[in-house]
Amino acid sequence: MQLTLEFGGGLELLCESVKVHNVNVDLPKGVDKLTMRNLLSWVRTNLIKERPEMFMKGESVRPGVLVLVNDCDWELCGQLETTLEEKVVVVFISTLHGG
Amino acid sequence: MENQLFKPGERIAIGASGGKDSTVLAYVLSELNRRHNYGLDLFLLSVDEGITGYRDDSLETVKRNELQYGLPLKIVSYKDLYGWTMDEIVKMIGLKNNCTFCGVFRRQALDRGAALLKVDKVATGHNADDIAETVLLNILRGDIARLSRCTSITTGEDGPIPRCKPFKYTYEKEIVMYAYFKKLDYFSTECIYSPNAYRGFAREFIKDLERIRPRAILDIIKSGENFRISTSTKMPEQGTCERCGYISSQKWCKACVLLEGLNRGLPKLGIGRSRGLNSDVKKDIKQGGGTESIESKQCGSLDF
Repeated sequence: MQLTLEFGGGLELLCESVKVHNVNVDLPKGVDKLTMRNLLSWVRTNLIKERPEMFMKGESVRPGVLVLVNDCDWELCGQLETTLEEKVVVVFISTLHGG
Repeated sequence: MENQLFKPGERIAIGASGGKDSTVLAYVLSELNRRHNYGLDLFLLSVDEGITGYRDDSLETVKRNELQYGLPLKIVSYKDLYGWTMDEIVKMIGLKNNCTFCGVFRRQALDRGAALLKVDKVATGHNADDIAETVLLNILRGDIARLSRCTSITTGEDGPIPRCKPFKYTYEKEIVMYAYFKKLDYFSTECIYSPNAYRGFAREFIKDLERIRPRAILDIIKSGENFRISTSTKMPEQGTCERCGYISSQKWCKACVLLEGLNRGLPKLGIGRSRGLNSDVKKDIKQGGGTESIESKQCGSLDF
Protein backbone atom coordinates (compact mmCIF):
# COMPACT_ATOMS: atom_id res chain seq x y z
CA MET A 1 0.00 0.00 0.00
CA GLN A 2 1.35 3.44 -0.90
CA LEU A 3 1.42 5.88 1.98
CA THR A 4 2.96 9.24 2.79
CA LEU A 5 4.46 9.66 6.24
CA GLU A 6 5.56 12.97 7.73
CA PHE A 7 7.62 13.55 10.85
CA GLY A 8 7.67 16.84 12.75
CA GLY A 9 8.50 18.48 16.04
CA GLY A 10 11.97 16.99 16.10
CA LEU A 11 11.02 13.40 15.20
CA GLU A 12 12.61 13.76 11.79
CA LEU A 13 15.97 13.53 13.54
CA LEU A 14 15.19 9.88 14.24
CA CYS A 15 14.76 9.22 10.52
CA GLU A 16 17.98 10.76 9.30
CA SER A 17 16.45 14.25 9.15
CA VAL A 18 14.03 13.39 6.36
CA LYS A 19 10.64 14.91 7.09
CA VAL A 20 8.53 13.33 4.36
CA HIS A 21 8.65 9.68 3.39
CA ASN A 22 6.70 8.14 0.53
CA VAL A 23 6.57 4.48 1.39
CA ASN A 24 5.14 1.20 0.30
CA VAL A 25 3.93 -0.91 3.18
CA ASP A 26 3.14 -4.58 2.75
CA LEU A 27 0.23 -6.02 4.68
CA PRO A 28 1.27 -8.55 7.27
CA LYS A 29 0.36 -12.17 6.52
CA GLY A 30 -3.25 -13.14 7.10
CA VAL A 31 -4.46 -9.59 7.47
CA ASP A 32 -6.66 -7.92 4.87
CA LYS A 33 -6.65 -4.38 6.25
CA LEU A 34 -3.70 -2.28 7.34
CA THR A 35 -4.16 -0.76 10.79
CA MET A 36 -2.14 1.91 12.60
CA ARG A 37 -0.88 -0.83 14.89
CA ASN A 38 0.72 -2.58 11.90
CA LEU A 39 2.05 0.69 10.54
CA LEU A 40 3.72 1.65 13.81
CA SER A 41 5.73 -1.52 14.05
CA TRP A 42 6.61 -1.20 10.38
CA VAL A 43 7.87 2.34 10.97
CA ARG A 44 9.89 1.30 13.98
CA THR A 45 11.57 -1.47 12.04
CA ASN A 46 12.13 0.33 8.75
CA LEU A 47 12.30 4.08 9.28
CA ILE A 48 13.51 4.83 12.81
CA LYS A 49 17.28 4.72 12.69
CA GLU A 50 18.07 5.76 16.26
CA ARG A 51 16.51 6.14 19.73
CA PRO A 52 13.26 4.25 19.09
CA GLU A 53 12.15 5.03 22.65
CA MET A 54 11.59 8.63 21.53
CA PHE A 55 8.97 7.48 19.06
CA MET A 56 7.29 4.51 20.63
CA LYS A 57 6.48 3.25 24.08
CA GLY A 58 5.19 -0.29 24.12
CA GLU A 59 2.73 -0.85 21.31
CA SER A 60 1.78 2.74 20.75
CA VAL A 61 3.53 6.04 20.22
CA ARG A 62 5.29 7.67 23.11
CA PRO A 63 2.92 9.92 25.08
CA GLY A 64 3.48 13.41 23.75
CA VAL A 65 3.57 12.41 20.08
CA LEU A 66 0.55 13.52 18.07
CA VAL A 67 -0.71 11.41 15.19
CA LEU A 68 -2.79 12.80 12.33
CA VAL A 69 -4.40 10.60 9.70
CA ASN A 70 -5.33 12.74 6.67
CA ASP A 71 -5.27 15.78 8.97
CA CYS A 72 -7.57 14.12 11.47
CA ASP A 73 -6.52 13.36 15.05
CA TRP A 74 -6.20 9.59 15.30
CA GLU A 75 -7.96 9.60 18.66
CA LEU A 76 -11.11 10.39 16.71
CA CYS A 77 -10.58 7.62 14.18
CA GLY A 78 -9.88 4.73 16.49
CA GLN A 79 -6.22 5.22 17.51
CA LEU A 80 -4.35 1.96 17.01
CA GLU A 81 -7.32 0.32 15.31
CA THR A 82 -7.61 3.01 12.62
CA THR A 83 -7.64 1.34 9.21
CA LEU A 84 -5.53 2.93 6.54
CA GLU A 85 -6.51 3.33 2.93
CA GLU A 86 -4.34 3.75 -0.13
CA LYS A 87 -2.54 7.12 -0.45
CA VAL A 88 -3.33 8.18 3.12
CA VAL A 89 -1.09 10.81 4.75
CA VAL A 90 0.01 10.08 8.31
CA VAL A 91 1.75 12.81 10.29
CA PHE A 92 3.69 12.29 13.54
CA ILE A 93 4.44 15.44 15.54
CA SER A 94 6.38 15.44 18.79
CA THR A 95 5.39 18.00 21.42
CA LEU A 96 8.23 17.24 23.78
CA HIS A 97 10.51 20.22 23.52
CA GLY A 98 10.80 23.74 24.82
CA GLY A 99 8.31 26.36 23.79
CA MET B 1 -11.47 37.99 28.82
CA GLU B 2 -12.65 37.25 32.33
CA ASN B 3 -9.13 37.28 33.65
CA GLN B 4 -8.61 40.88 32.56
CA LEU B 5 -5.17 40.21 31.23
CA PHE B 6 -4.65 43.34 29.17
CA LYS B 7 -5.86 46.91 28.95
CA PRO B 8 -5.87 49.07 25.81
CA GLY B 9 -2.72 51.09 25.33
CA GLU B 10 -0.52 48.75 27.36
CA ARG B 11 2.96 47.86 26.20
CA ILE B 12 3.44 44.10 26.30
CA ALA B 13 6.64 42.13 25.84
CA ILE B 14 6.15 38.58 24.59
CA GLY B 15 8.81 36.19 25.87
CA ALA B 16 9.92 34.62 22.62
CA SER B 17 12.22 31.64 22.40
CA GLY B 18 11.40 30.57 18.87
CA GLY B 19 9.69 27.45 20.19
CA LYS B 20 6.13 26.34 19.61
CA ASP B 21 4.46 28.09 22.56
CA SER B 22 6.01 31.51 22.11
CA THR B 23 5.60 31.49 18.34
CA VAL B 24 1.91 30.64 18.61
CA LEU B 25 1.52 33.24 21.36
CA ALA B 26 3.12 35.92 19.24
CA TYR B 27 0.96 34.98 16.25
CA VAL B 28 -2.30 34.83 18.20
CA LEU B 29 -1.70 38.05 20.13
CA SER B 30 -0.77 40.04 17.05
CA GLU B 31 -3.72 38.61 15.10
CA LEU B 32 -6.25 39.38 17.84
CA ASN B 33 -4.72 42.78 18.44
CA ARG B 34 -5.18 43.57 14.80
CA ARG B 35 -8.60 42.03 14.37
CA HIS B 36 -10.24 43.43 17.47
CA ASN B 37 -8.25 46.63 17.88
CA TYR B 38 -7.07 45.94 21.41
CA GLY B 39 -4.66 48.84 21.03
CA LEU B 40 -1.75 46.91 22.51
CA ASP B 41 1.85 47.74 21.78
CA LEU B 42 3.49 44.33 21.27
CA PHE B 43 7.19 43.49 21.41
CA LEU B 44 9.19 40.31 21.16
CA LEU B 45 11.68 39.77 23.95
CA SER B 46 14.22 37.02 23.63
CA VAL B 47 16.89 35.73 26.00
CA ASP B 48 20.22 34.48 24.72
CA GLU B 49 21.62 32.08 27.29
CA GLY B 50 24.66 31.32 25.20
CA ILE B 51 23.97 27.68 24.37
CA THR B 52 25.70 26.82 21.12
CA GLY B 53 23.75 24.60 18.78
CA TYR B 54 20.45 25.31 20.53
CA ARG B 55 19.84 28.93 21.34
CA ASP B 56 21.65 30.37 18.37
CA ASP B 57 19.41 28.32 16.07
CA SER B 58 16.20 29.17 17.86
CA LEU B 59 17.10 32.86 17.86
CA GLU B 60 17.16 32.68 14.07
CA THR B 61 13.55 31.55 14.27
CA VAL B 62 12.65 34.53 16.46
CA LYS B 63 14.29 36.88 14.00
CA ARG B 64 12.11 35.37 11.29
CA ASN B 65 9.08 35.81 13.53
CA GLU B 66 10.00 39.47 13.91
CA LEU B 67 9.68 39.88 10.16
CA GLN B 68 6.69 37.60 9.73
CA TYR B 69 4.53 39.20 12.41
CA GLY B 70 5.98 42.70 12.26
CA LEU B 71 6.83 42.87 15.97
CA PRO B 72 10.02 44.65 17.12
CA LEU B 73 12.53 42.33 18.75
CA LYS B 74 14.89 42.84 21.68
CA ILE B 75 17.46 40.25 22.67
CA VAL B 76 19.14 40.21 26.09
CA SER B 77 22.05 37.90 26.75
CA TYR B 78 23.45 36.20 29.83
CA LYS B 79 26.91 37.27 28.73
CA ASP B 80 25.98 40.95 28.86
CA LEU B 81 23.92 40.72 32.03
CA TYR B 82 25.97 38.32 34.12
CA GLY B 83 29.28 37.81 32.35
CA TRP B 84 28.65 34.08 31.89
CA THR B 85 27.13 32.03 29.05
CA MET B 86 25.36 28.75 29.83
CA ASP B 87 28.11 26.90 27.97
CA GLU B 88 30.66 28.39 30.39
CA ILE B 89 28.45 27.67 33.39
CA VAL B 90 27.96 24.03 32.43
CA LYS B 91 31.71 23.64 31.95
CA MET B 92 32.10 24.74 35.51
CA ILE B 93 29.25 22.94 37.28
CA GLY B 94 28.62 19.88 35.12
CA LEU B 95 25.31 18.57 33.82
CA LYS B 96 23.40 18.50 37.08
CA ASN B 97 21.59 21.56 38.44
CA ASN B 98 22.36 23.60 35.35
CA CYS B 99 18.65 24.14 34.77
CA THR B 100 18.49 25.81 38.17
CA PHE B 101 21.03 28.39 37.07
CA CYS B 102 19.41 28.92 33.72
CA GLY B 103 15.88 29.27 35.09
CA VAL B 104 16.89 31.77 37.77
CA PHE B 105 18.99 33.83 35.39
CA ARG B 106 16.34 33.75 32.68
CA ARG B 107 13.63 35.18 34.90
CA GLN B 108 15.80 38.10 35.85
CA ALA B 109 16.95 38.54 32.27
CA LEU B 110 13.31 38.78 31.14
CA ASP B 111 12.61 41.40 33.79
CA ARG B 112 15.66 43.44 32.85
CA GLY B 113 14.78 43.23 29.17
CA ALA B 114 11.22 44.26 29.96
CA ALA B 115 12.49 47.24 31.96
CA LEU B 116 14.68 48.30 29.03
CA LEU B 117 11.68 48.14 26.71
CA LYS B 118 9.61 50.02 29.30
CA VAL B 119 6.70 47.62 29.02
CA ASP B 120 3.78 47.21 31.39
CA LYS B 121 3.62 43.41 31.28
CA VAL B 122 5.47 40.34 30.09
CA ALA B 123 3.47 37.55 28.45
CA THR B 124 4.95 34.07 28.29
CA GLY B 125 3.84 31.00 26.39
CA HIS B 126 3.46 28.64 29.38
CA ASN B 127 0.71 26.17 28.57
CA ALA B 128 -1.54 23.98 30.72
CA ASP B 129 0.91 21.09 30.65
CA ASP B 130 3.71 23.36 31.92
CA ILE B 131 1.61 24.67 34.79
CA ALA B 132 0.46 21.18 35.79
CA GLU B 133 4.09 20.05 35.82
CA THR B 134 5.02 23.02 38.01
CA VAL B 135 2.23 22.24 40.48
CA LEU B 136 3.48 18.67 40.74
CA LEU B 137 7.10 19.77 41.08
CA ASN B 138 6.26 22.15 43.90
CA ILE B 139 4.28 19.48 45.73
CA LEU B 140 7.12 16.99 45.35
CA ARG B 141 9.54 19.55 46.74
CA GLY B 142 7.24 20.81 49.46
CA ASP B 143 7.63 24.37 48.24
CA ILE B 144 4.47 26.01 49.51
CA ALA B 145 5.42 29.55 48.75
CA ARG B 146 5.79 28.75 45.07
CA LEU B 147 2.77 26.46 45.03
CA SER B 148 0.50 29.25 46.13
CA ARG B 149 1.84 31.56 43.41
CA CYS B 150 2.42 29.29 40.46
CA THR B 151 -1.18 28.89 39.33
CA SER B 152 -2.00 32.59 39.14
CA ILE B 153 -2.50 33.66 35.58
CA THR B 154 -0.79 36.95 36.41
CA THR B 155 2.08 37.00 38.87
CA GLY B 156 4.24 39.65 40.37
CA GLU B 157 1.83 42.52 40.36
CA ASP B 158 3.55 43.92 43.39
CA GLY B 159 7.00 43.28 41.94
CA PRO B 160 9.04 44.79 39.14
CA ILE B 161 6.97 43.86 36.11
CA PRO B 162 3.82 41.67 36.18
CA ARG B 163 3.92 38.53 34.15
CA CYS B 164 0.99 36.69 32.63
CA LYS B 165 0.42 33.34 30.96
CA PRO B 166 -2.43 33.62 28.48
CA PHE B 167 -2.16 29.92 27.58
CA LYS B 168 -2.67 28.76 31.14
CA TYR B 169 -5.66 26.58 30.21
CA THR B 170 -4.48 25.65 26.73
CA TYR B 171 -3.21 22.15 26.27
CA GLU B 172 0.19 21.71 24.68
CA LYS B 173 -1.49 19.46 22.14
CA GLU B 174 -3.80 22.29 21.05
CA ILE B 175 -0.87 24.62 20.55
CA VAL B 176 1.01 22.11 18.42
CA MET B 177 -2.09 21.36 16.34
CA TYR B 178 -2.71 25.06 15.82
CA ALA B 179 0.87 25.66 14.74
CA TYR B 180 0.70 22.71 12.36
CA PHE B 181 -2.52 23.70 10.65
CA LYS B 182 -1.60 27.37 10.45
CA LYS B 183 1.81 26.35 9.15
CA LEU B 184 3.62 28.48 11.72
CA ASP B 185 7.38 28.47 11.71
CA TYR B 186 8.91 27.23 14.98
CA PHE B 187 12.01 25.61 16.37
CA SER B 188 11.72 22.19 17.93
CA THR B 189 14.67 20.67 19.70
CA GLU B 190 15.30 19.80 23.34
CA CYS B 191 17.87 21.95 25.08
CA ILE B 192 21.08 19.94 25.02
CA TYR B 193 21.63 20.45 28.74
CA SER B 194 18.19 19.43 29.94
CA PRO B 195 18.06 15.61 30.04
CA ASN B 196 18.72 15.45 33.79
CA ALA B 197 16.24 18.12 34.80
CA TYR B 198 13.83 17.12 37.54
CA ARG B 199 10.98 18.56 35.53
CA GLY B 200 11.47 15.75 33.01
CA PHE B 201 10.02 13.25 35.50
CA ALA B 202 6.98 15.39 36.13
CA ARG B 203 6.50 15.73 32.39
CA GLU B 204 6.63 11.95 31.76
CA PHE B 205 4.05 11.46 34.46
CA ILE B 206 1.73 14.16 33.14
CA LYS B 207 1.93 12.75 29.63
CA ASP B 208 1.05 9.27 30.84
CA LEU B 209 -1.84 10.73 32.84
CA GLU B 210 -3.09 12.63 29.81
CA ARG B 211 -3.25 9.42 27.86
CA ILE B 212 -5.49 7.77 30.44
CA ARG B 213 -7.63 10.74 31.38
CA PRO B 214 -6.93 13.97 29.46
CA ARG B 215 -8.89 16.11 31.88
CA ALA B 216 -6.29 15.35 34.57
CA ILE B 217 -4.14 18.26 33.42
CA LEU B 218 -6.82 20.87 33.98
CA ASP B 219 -7.79 19.15 37.23
CA ILE B 220 -4.26 19.40 38.59
CA ILE B 221 -4.22 23.11 37.84
CA LYS B 222 -7.57 23.50 39.56
CA SER B 223 -6.26 21.68 42.63
CA GLY B 224 -3.23 23.93 42.65
CA GLU B 225 -5.49 26.98 42.54
CA ASN B 226 -7.60 25.68 45.39
CA PHE B 227 -4.78 25.07 47.86
CA ARG B 228 -5.30 26.93 51.07
CA ILE B 229 -2.41 27.38 53.45
CA SER B 230 -2.99 27.39 57.19
CA THR B 231 -2.62 30.88 58.62
CA SER B 232 -0.28 29.53 61.29
CA THR B 233 2.30 28.56 58.68
CA LYS B 234 5.32 30.78 58.40
CA MET B 235 5.72 32.10 54.88
CA PRO B 236 8.77 33.86 53.49
CA GLU B 237 8.36 37.58 53.08
CA GLN B 238 9.11 39.37 49.86
CA GLY B 239 11.82 41.96 50.29
CA THR B 240 14.64 43.14 48.10
CA CYS B 241 18.11 41.78 47.43
CA GLU B 242 20.88 43.66 49.23
CA ARG B 243 23.29 43.25 46.37
CA CYS B 244 21.23 44.19 43.31
CA GLY B 245 17.84 45.43 44.47
CA TYR B 246 15.86 42.72 42.72
CA ILE B 247 12.82 41.18 44.45
CA SER B 248 13.86 38.45 46.91
CA SER B 249 12.61 36.59 49.96
CA GLN B 250 16.14 36.20 51.33
CA LYS B 251 18.89 38.73 51.98
CA TRP B 252 20.37 38.05 48.57
CA CYS B 253 18.33 37.07 45.53
CA LYS B 254 18.95 33.64 44.08
CA ALA B 255 20.67 35.01 41.01
CA CYS B 256 23.23 36.89 43.12
CA VAL B 257 23.86 33.80 45.24
CA LEU B 258 24.43 31.68 42.15
CA LEU B 259 26.63 34.30 40.50
CA GLU B 260 28.72 34.65 43.64
CA GLY B 261 29.22 30.91 43.60
CA LEU B 262 30.27 30.93 39.97
CA ASN B 263 32.68 33.83 40.35
CA ARG B 264 34.30 32.31 43.40
CA GLY B 265 34.56 28.79 42.02
CA LEU B 266 31.98 27.44 44.48
CA PRO B 267 29.49 25.85 42.10
CA LYS B 268 27.37 24.35 44.86
CA LEU B 269 26.56 27.71 46.43
CA GLY B 270 22.80 28.17 46.41
CA ILE B 271 22.04 24.61 45.33
CA GLY B 272 20.18 22.22 47.61
CA ARG B 273 19.76 22.40 51.38
CA SER B 274 22.29 24.07 53.63
CA ARG B 275 23.97 21.02 55.08
CA GLY B 276 27.31 22.17 56.39
CA LEU B 277 28.15 24.29 53.39
CA ASN B 278 26.44 27.09 55.24
CA SER B 279 29.17 27.34 57.86
CA ASP B 280 31.86 27.79 55.20
CA VAL B 281 29.69 30.37 53.53
CA LYS B 282 29.03 32.13 56.81
CA LYS B 283 32.73 32.47 57.47
CA ASP B 284 33.26 33.93 54.03
CA ILE B 285 30.36 36.32 54.26
CA LYS B 286 31.32 37.59 57.69
CA GLN B 287 34.62 38.67 56.26
CA GLY B 288 32.82 40.18 53.32
CA GLY B 289 29.59 41.95 54.16
CA GLY B 290 28.05 40.56 57.31
CA THR B 291 24.87 38.87 56.07
CA GLU B 292 23.73 36.06 58.33
CA SER B 293 22.69 33.34 55.98
CA ILE B 294 22.08 33.20 52.28
CA GLU B 295 20.68 29.70 52.03
CA SER B 296 16.93 29.18 51.77
CA LYS B 297 15.23 27.95 54.88
CA GLN B 298 12.48 25.41 55.10
CA CYS B 299 9.15 27.17 55.35
CA GLY B 300 6.39 25.37 57.20
CA SER B 301 4.15 22.50 56.28
CA LEU B 302 0.74 21.95 54.78
CA ASP B 303 -2.05 21.41 57.28
CA PHE B 304 -5.01 19.32 56.27
